[in-house]
Amino acid sequence: MLLIACPYCGERDETEFHYGGQAHVAHPADPEALTDAEWAEYLFVRANPKGPFAERWSHAAGCRRWFNVLRDTATHQILAVYPAGQPKPVIA
Amino acid sequence: MTGDPNRLPEGGRVDRSAVLRFTYDGVEYTGLRGDTLASALLANGTSHTARSQYRDRPRGIVAAGVEETNALVQIDGSCSEPMQLATTVELYDGLSATGLSGRGRLDPSADEAVYDKKHVHTDVLVVGGGPAGLAAAVAASRSGARVVLVDDQSELGGALLSGHETIGGRPALEWVDEVQAELAAGQEVRILTRSTAIGYHDQNYLLVVERRADHLAPPPPTGVSRRRLWHIRARQVVLATGAHQRPIIFAGNDRPGVMSAAAVSTYVNRYAVLPGRRAVVFTTDDSAYATALDLMAAGTAVRAVVDTRPEPPAGLVAAAREAGITVVAGSAVVGTRGEDGLSAVRIAALAADDSLRGPVRELECDLLAVSGGWNPAVELWSQAQGTVRYDEALAAFVPDRCGQQVAVAGAVNGIFDLAGCLLGGFVAGAEAATRAGFEAAVPPAPPYVGDEPPSPPRPVWLVPGEEGDPSVWHEHFVDLQRDATVADVQRAVRAGMRSVEHVKRYTTIGTAHDQGKASGVSATGVIARLLGARSPGEVGTTTFRGPYTPVSFAVLAGRERGPLFDPVRTTSIHPWHERRGAVFENVGQWKRPRYYPEPGEDMNEAVLRECGAARNGVAVMDASTLGKIDVVGPDAGVFLDRVYTNGFAKLAVGSARYGIMCRADGMVFDDGVTLRLADDHYFLTTTTGNAAGVMDWLEEWLQTEWPELRVRLTSVTEQWVTVAVVGPRSREVVAVLAPDLDVANDAFPFMTARETTLAGGVPARVCRISFSGELAYEINVSSWYGLAVWEAVMAAGEPLGITPYGTETMHVLRAEKGYPIVGQDTDGTVTPRDLGMEWIISQHKQFVGKRSLRRADTSRADRRQLVGLLPLDPAELVPEGAQLVPESALAEIEAGTGPVHALGHVTSSYRSAALGRTFALALVEGGRERIGQTVYAPLPGGPVAVRIAEPVLYDPKGTRRDG
Repeated sequence: MLLIACPYCGERDETEFHYGGQAHVAHPADPEALTDAEWAEYLFVRANPKGPFAERWSHAAGCRRWFNVLRDTATHQILAVYPAGQPKPVIA
Repeated sequence: MTGDPNRLPEGGRVDRSAVLRFTYDGVEYTGLRGDTLASALLANGTSHTARSQYRDRPRGIVAAGVEETNALVQIDGSCSEPMQLATTVELYDGLSATGLSGRGRLDPSADEAVYDKKHVHTDVLVVGGGPAGLAAAVAASRSGARVVLVDDQSELGGALLSGHETIGGRPALEWVDEVQAELAAGQEVRILTRSTAIGYHDQNYLLVVERRADHLAPPPPTGVSRRRLWHIRARQVVLATGAHQRPIIFAGNDRPGVMSAAAVSTYVNRYAVLPGRRAVVFTTDDSAYATALDLMAAGTAVRAVVDTRPEPPAGLVAAAREAGITVVAGSAVVGTRGEDGLSAVRIAALAADDSLRGPVRELECDLLAVSGGWNPAVELWSQAQGTVRYDEALAAFVPDRCGQQVAVAGAVNGIFDLAGCLLGGFVAGAEAATRAGFEAAVPPAPPYVGDEPPSPPRPVWLVPGEEGDPSVWHEHFVDLQRDATVADVQRAVRAGMRSVEHVKRYTTIGTAHDQGKASGVSATGVIARLLGARSPGEVGTTTFRGPYTPVSFAVLAGRERGPLFDPVRTTSIHPWHERRGAVFENVGQWKRPRYYPEPGEDMNEAVLRECGAARNGVAVMDASTLGKIDVVGPDAGVFLDRVYTNGFAKLAVGSARYGIMCRADGMVFDDGVTLRLADDHYFLTTTTGNAAGVMDWLEEWLQTEWPELRVRLTSVTEQWVTVAVVGPRSREVVAVLAPDLDVANDAFPFMTARETTLAGGVPARVCRISFSGELAYEINVSSWYGLAVWEAVMAAGEPLGITPYGTETMHVLRAEKGYPIVGQDTDGTVTPRDLGMEWIISQHKQFVGKRSLRRADTSRADRRQLVGLLPLDPAELVPEGAQLVPESALAEIEAGTGPVHALGHVTSSYRSAALGRTFALALVEGGRERIGQTVYAPLPGGPVAVRIAEPVLYDPKGTRRDG
């Protein structure tokens, strides 16, 4: 079970959190300007890398805040935790 | 003296003053406190276990711990427990067990014992209480770090309990006592004995099962749980899990009397039991020489040590000769003989390529102590995603790399001498404490005697049979539990399998209760031989998965059983529902009245009566379980405009509006009525089952997409009780209940809300909302007053025959009006347009999912649309979920030549008092275009014809809502 450091509450067990999928997928500003294919890209297509992956989590059974986690999908190591809205950190 | 004939007169860790009676397979024996069931059986001269599962071969006790392959037992008793190992069951007075042939019996009776859980954080967790683990724990604890030490035995010491080593010039167990005393005195140290680490999960999360009362006669003492599951999160982990002795694969290696050499030493030294009278030792490495000497010293005649090495270490050979033991070098046991148990072994010389040389001779014996080398116990390491590498010199798979904060010490690390174990433990413990942020020093290693650094082994993965080739070696057992042999592996290899994972699945090797502890690496060795690989390292190992040892569901469940398994939510009116004899249904965690049967009524009769009351008089329902969310802030209206398909920003204060939310893909997510209480305050309701999901959904959009909106969300589901008063005479009831309220239709019109004070003085928010098409009110009061207000409603309505109704009637009433229930009539593939609600899709604003409603797929004319269904036989009730097909498909269905294309399916189906017939709702392809057509529900009793109709079957013009 992951140990996730909520930016607002500190380290908590994974069971307190909800997973929110890939981070940094913004809702298009003007959906009506998009083609069906472009809209479908937003709706349905997500990255699935082996390695570092920026993803959203919410501390559902805690402060209920959303934030972002940079997690290695192969090792489950958490490389960074950062508030929603901030850019993805660069990991050396 | 006890009656156990194979018990040595002195020595061992057993308490000779505590004689314990026990029963095995119906026969009564005695043993001593400190015995396992296996050691007590051996002391009584009973080494046989139940016969093998598939080939019905006689089997005996092989090991002295969790790696035992044969000695499965069922512990008898009030809730008998299957699949226990006699080698790990501690003896208690009155124990009764029955041998099992690989398969236990689940006891259907309830387990009344208490199981519980603890959660702890620690700086350093040490798994294993042998010399390496003790050294690690004491080194870490001296830094002040929090330390948890876990060991699966009844006492600390590990392998030292089974040998004669000395540390610091004194018996090693004195050193163990000193270390244990120091640890026990530590403020930050917790020692868990009789505790097995069963799982090693992400980020140093380990599960440990502590057996707190299994060594005592049941029931457990008052206040003591039987077993406890520890959830341990550790900053650093030191694995000192030791090693398991590897069997050797030769013909007849499953015969009772063939045992692990290390286990033989354990039985002699720890339990003071002689497992045989005449023994042969067969080894590939140094460790079994100690066993030979132990046996001789205890009075067993050791006929020979058969060593695969052409030149065993001179010191060991000399020690053996001095004890009167012959060493047969460069040889192997190639077979066994015996009627039921072992009576002789067959020995031949081995060539450099492991082929047999020269004549075969026999030695009579009743015990063969075998050491095929050592398998480091890397199970937990492997669970932690650690990799292993094959060490040619050690002939063993040892830990290589791991991404977790973990170190290994002692035999699990391929270190088999006592000095190396102590030093490795001290270093690992001190380094773990340092990495956890403490200042730790490596203690000086004490001098020791015994257990010298070993000489190189000569592994023999497969002793050839005396005749034939591997395809006929049906008595060379690789996995005794599965009765799988070298011939089975050869069959797998000849079928083209090369990966050990494939061979495992083909032969089932390693899939029984020990999950390959004994057989896994041996199987790898055999595969390597049969494939002509240079070493087992080229074949690799299977992946070890948790749990390390079998674990009962009861301990995983802990106290989360019965009413504590899942919370039950009830409204404050619940006691009244119970008194009234309501039949409840579960809606999520809520208990909701489904119907209120009068004496002698079944559900159909009760629902027809309740529906009649709502349509013709007045009826009342507890609607408190609806999800309720306060949406507050200057941007609340803007926010709701973005999440609902229709507009809310311009909703007048004091008014209500029905809304639908879609997911981004345009599919209906939830629906409900929202009131506007003030410019900056909305009161939003959700479906009962989706309340938490809607809250999550709204918070997600607010936080991640629109953080600039000044809106706060608060779940108030539990704070409000909602009483729905329904029916043409509901106005009369509300007028009595709320004397200050002008209930005239003009003053209090449909879809508005009023704040008032009820006759009893309770503040209330009354709304005119209808989920039935009838004149109806929803009275919202603080939950504290819920029961009193409900009773006041019942009293006010009593002269009018007010009738309580449940969810079943609610469903019928709403279905008669064609109101869908999200989650019943929709399934995540349904748009508002599919529901026939084009009118609710705003053309004047953006909202979540809007763009999806003009995707090619959501615009198709043949999408499944919500329609009504009227069975041609008005008494026929079509089951919910029934598929619908055209008449043209019936012949194919009848002939069984399908599959056929389904036009849709039934989502709701009821008997209607108002319509005097059955009816249903369904999702049907292009359904609105098919209104008037007849389709068929193919059912087991034959096809049922139904006519597609408008979804609103009752009062389609809406004439009843104002009373």
